[in-house]
Amino acid sequence: MAILEVKGVNKRFGGLQALGDVNLTVAENSVHAIIGPNGAGKSTLLNCLVGKLVPDTGSVMFDGQSVLGRKPHEINQMGISRVFQTPEIFGDLSVLENVMIPCFAKRDGAFRMHAIESVGAEKELAAKAMQMLEDVSMAEKHDMHAASLSRGDKRRLEMAMCLVQDPRLLLLDEPTAGMARADTNNTIDLLKEIRDKRDITMAIIEHDMHVVFSLAERITVLAQGTPLVEDTPENIKGHPKVREAYLGEAQV
Amino acid sequence: MLGLTKKDGTLFIAVVLLTVLAPFILNPFPENSAMAQFNAGYPDLMQRFVIFGIFAMGFNILFGLTGYLSFGHAAFLGVGSYATVWMYKLLSYNVLPGLVLAIIVSGLFALLIGYISLRRSGIYFSILTLAFAEMSYRIAFSDLLGRFVGTTITNGETGLQVYSNDPQILLGQNGIEATHFFGFEMGASRILEMAGWSFTFNFGFYFCAVIFMAMFYMTIRIFRSPFGLMLRSVKSNQQRMNYTGVNSKPYTLAAFVISGMYAGLAGGLLAAMDPLAGGERMFWTESGAVVLMTILGGAGTLLGPILGAGFIKYFENIFSKINDNVLHSWFAFLPDGMENFMVTIIHPFVGKGWHLTLGVLFMLIVIFLPGGLVEGGQRIGRLFGRKKSEAEPKPGAIKPAE
Amino acid sequence: MDAIFLQILNGLDKGSAYALIALGLTLIFGTLGVVNFAHGALFMIGAFCAVTLQRILTLSTEIIDETKTDFLGNPLKVKTPYVETWFGPEVGQSIIDWSVPLALIIAVPVMLFVGVAMERGLVKHFYKRPHADQILVTFGLAIVLQEIIKYYFGANPIQTPAPEALVGSFDFGVLLGMDPNVVIYPIWRLVYFIFAIVIICAVFGFLQFTTFGMVVRAGMADRETVGLLGIDIDKRFTAMFGIAAIVAGLAGVMYGPILAPNYHMGMDFLVLSFVVVVVGGMGSLPGAVAAGFLLGILQSFASMNQIKAFVPGIDQIIIYLIAIVVLLTRPRGLLGRKGVMEE
Repeated sequence: MAILEVKGVNKRFGGLQALGDVNLTVAENSVHAIIGPNGAGKSTLLNCLVGKLVPDTGSVMFDGQSVLGRKPHEINQMGISRVFQTPEIFGDLSVLENVMIPCFAKRDGAFRMHAIESVGAEKELAAKAMQMLEDVSMAEKHDMHAASLSRGDKRRLEMAMCLVQDPRLLLLDEPTAGMARADTNNTIDLLKEIRDKRDITMAIIEHDMHVVFSLAERITVLAQGTPLVEDTPENIKGHPKVREAYLGEAQV
Repeated sequence: MLGLTKKDGTLFIAVVLLTVLAPFILNPFPENSAMAQFNAGYPDLMQRFVIFGIFAMGFNILFGLTGYLSFGHAAFLGVGSYATVWMYKLLSYNVLPGLVLAIIVSGLFALLIGYISLRRSGIYFSILTLAFAEMSYRIAFSDLLGRFVGTTITNGETGLQVYSNDPQILLGQNGIEATHFFGFEMGASRILEMAGWSFTFNFGFYFCAVIFMAMFYMTIRIFRSPFGLMLRSVKSNQQRMNYTGVNSKPYTLAAFVISGMYAGLAGGLLAAMDPLAGGERMFWTESGAVVLMTILGGAGTLLGPILGAGFIKYFENIFSKINDNVLHSWFAFLPDGMENFMVTIIHPFVGKGWHLTLGVLFMLIVIFLPGGLVEGGQRIGRLFGRKKSEAEPKPGAIKPAE
Repeated sequence: MDAIFLQILNGLDKGSAYALIALGLTLIFGTLGVVNFAHGALFMIGAFCAVTLQRILTLSTEIIDETKTDFLGNPLKVKTPYVETWFGPEVGQSIIDWSVPLALIIAVPVMLFVGVAMERGLVKHFYKRPHADQILVTFGLAIVLQEIIKYYFGANPIQTPAPEALVGSFDFGVLLGMDPNVVIYPIWRLVYFIFAIVIICAVFGFLQFTTFGMVVRAGMADRETVGLLGIDIDKRFTAMFGIAAIVAGLAGVMYGPILAPNYHMGMDFLVLSFVVVVVGGMGSLPGAVAAGFLLGILQSFASMNQIKAFVPGIDQIIIYLIAIVVLLTRPRGLLGRKGVMEE
């Protein structure tokens, strides 16, 4: 059963065809990777999925509903969460507060005027947030200032913020970009754990082949804004077209 | 207590005590002593402490929490004053209808300006609010609205005041001809003489003080509420906010309207103490003043804006009273040459030069102490006390901007 | 037709001042990314350069002239400016008469110094701080500068007249074949307009045709890349700040005869100039200039009696109204580039 269906999506920036007739289907509870060389349109595609960009033509359906024309917060409320290339967290707040905000968003929707209630009285949400922090082994850091975390911890925190909302689809934009090998491996382990423990669909945009082949069940190769081929990791590895367009330079 | 945590409760009680006992605390020097000029315990000044405290508190809800720097908050102060005076003109000198109307009108006005201004952020937002406030100032000063309607609305440069031929339908035959709250006149004072000291208890001050304490309580609640948390996250990372399923627009707009209502209430109280409203209350210097108060005290903290408002209003009053004679008497113990030298150096900063002192002080704070007086106090506290708090930054405390 | 022409002319002097201040603001914003609330103070300091020079030139010796008496019969004290003693009465008198244009010469080094000192001493430390902090610290500086001027020169406006030869009006309409006495225009305002055009052309030419200007323009477009090329962009940006200060200062010097300098003129013009910058498009130099003239002219139209009768008081608020409409319909301003100041 497909949870995300992208059909005939085109996007032009002036004279540049960033996306040309992209078709993509992500099956529910799978890990789907989108790879491709720089400028292949991976980020543009992702931005079309989360409402930052609107495609010129084509449709993007999530769970049978169109996401086109919706704002990022509406799309999140539909059940899509996004992890950024550089972790986007609330640096001025404590780690626990960082995780509580998505809890509020999930429970209260995009806006609620709860100006008199006290955050301290929200024991249930706080417990839920603490549990989530424990799941990513950050419980003991719950009181820390989020900006002072290490980069790896910031990534964990961001994951926790996304996962605590129980999203149906988690979009990851190069989650290991700029990380040291050890941190990369930690992230892979974390993602594997999430994949195995939860009913969740993940779509990963990634540069690092090691990450892709450790996690993905299906891979779409994007080149010059068009899907070149879509297959299982094993088949992708040997695919001549892929080698030519991409792997030749990356060297697996 | 009252739904506050222990720490907030203590803070609240401390502020309540300080406010209630202000006539004593602000008059530490005997009446005839040389230091009596530093006393601040007279009604006019005490009223301004709490009124501008409310103004700054409200501004802090917008700027301190969301980080949106409005340069046009004086517009709401002015609108509040006008609304209140209009109620005097139409009904009677009872301040209650005026204050209610001030809050409503300034809230609506803030909704309009906020809705438009908040479509942009950063510097654009600051300039848009500045432009709106300047526009309001011009409109008020030339009574533009009145010229459209055919009757005066702001009464131009003269300012709005009550005239004997105003309807005042609730005034009655022997109604009170001064601002009052159900018969208690704002100007009424009791003076307590005690061994050389003289303490003034003014009804107007206590009236403002009660409202001030209520507003402070509400501010604490807002700060500690999920709504307050959302506002802080708008400041911290708006992008993450949107991708977390939160629509930041209505949150910032709500903060803008709330802070506009605080300002309108403050404006209404100004008119409750003195039944006048003038366009100059909307001038950009007033908007600048509330920015100064908030930054000086510590933006984003509960106590900061109140401290800042008190600090600025106090020194505005005291500094502007110091003239060359006073300076000479201070430095009389020095040799003549030194005395004149010191007086010459200090002279530009006191008396009419108070604004120079204020500007310098403000620059120093922004440069060296972005957290304002509150951060300064914390740093001093840290020097003497627990060294450990330094390594472990307090969550939720406003950090110096990166 | 004549009336329209006259209003356009009337708007030019204010428009010129807006354009010059907005140009400097945009230069600083575009190169350094700093929103300078003290820029109006630079305009004001420029105007007070003219005041200062006028005071220096009229420094006088007092001589008691026994041959003349005042109405009480006491000998009359005659003040003779030093310049008249040194250069003879006629030359001296004309030097004093031309003090405003002469002030341009001293204003250049003074403004350069003030600008560079401001950048090196204060603004430099705020490049990495948020825009709110930049606004706040330059706002504080504006107050300080304004109060210092007030302390030394007092709160009242000080007259700085234009040279005798440039005082008065001339019939502009006749030049264009219209009836006499229809389009009468003060000479000095025309001088100011031409002066503004010269300065604007000089700045644009400088940016367009010198290597220095090229680097600065490249830096405005993409600071990081230029930095990577190994060019010391900071020094050039300091110089840019100095140039912006000179432009604002010269605009102030020449404005003296139109509006007697006072200590708060800087802030008055700054608020409007910000609006101009926003309308023109943050970071767009042609936008700043175009919007400056446009708003000046529109303001002058709005102050026509026919229009005021229709919409009373519109002249007071037209600029703000336009700014609000522009920002809502074209958020980037008339000529704004994409990506400037957009989070």
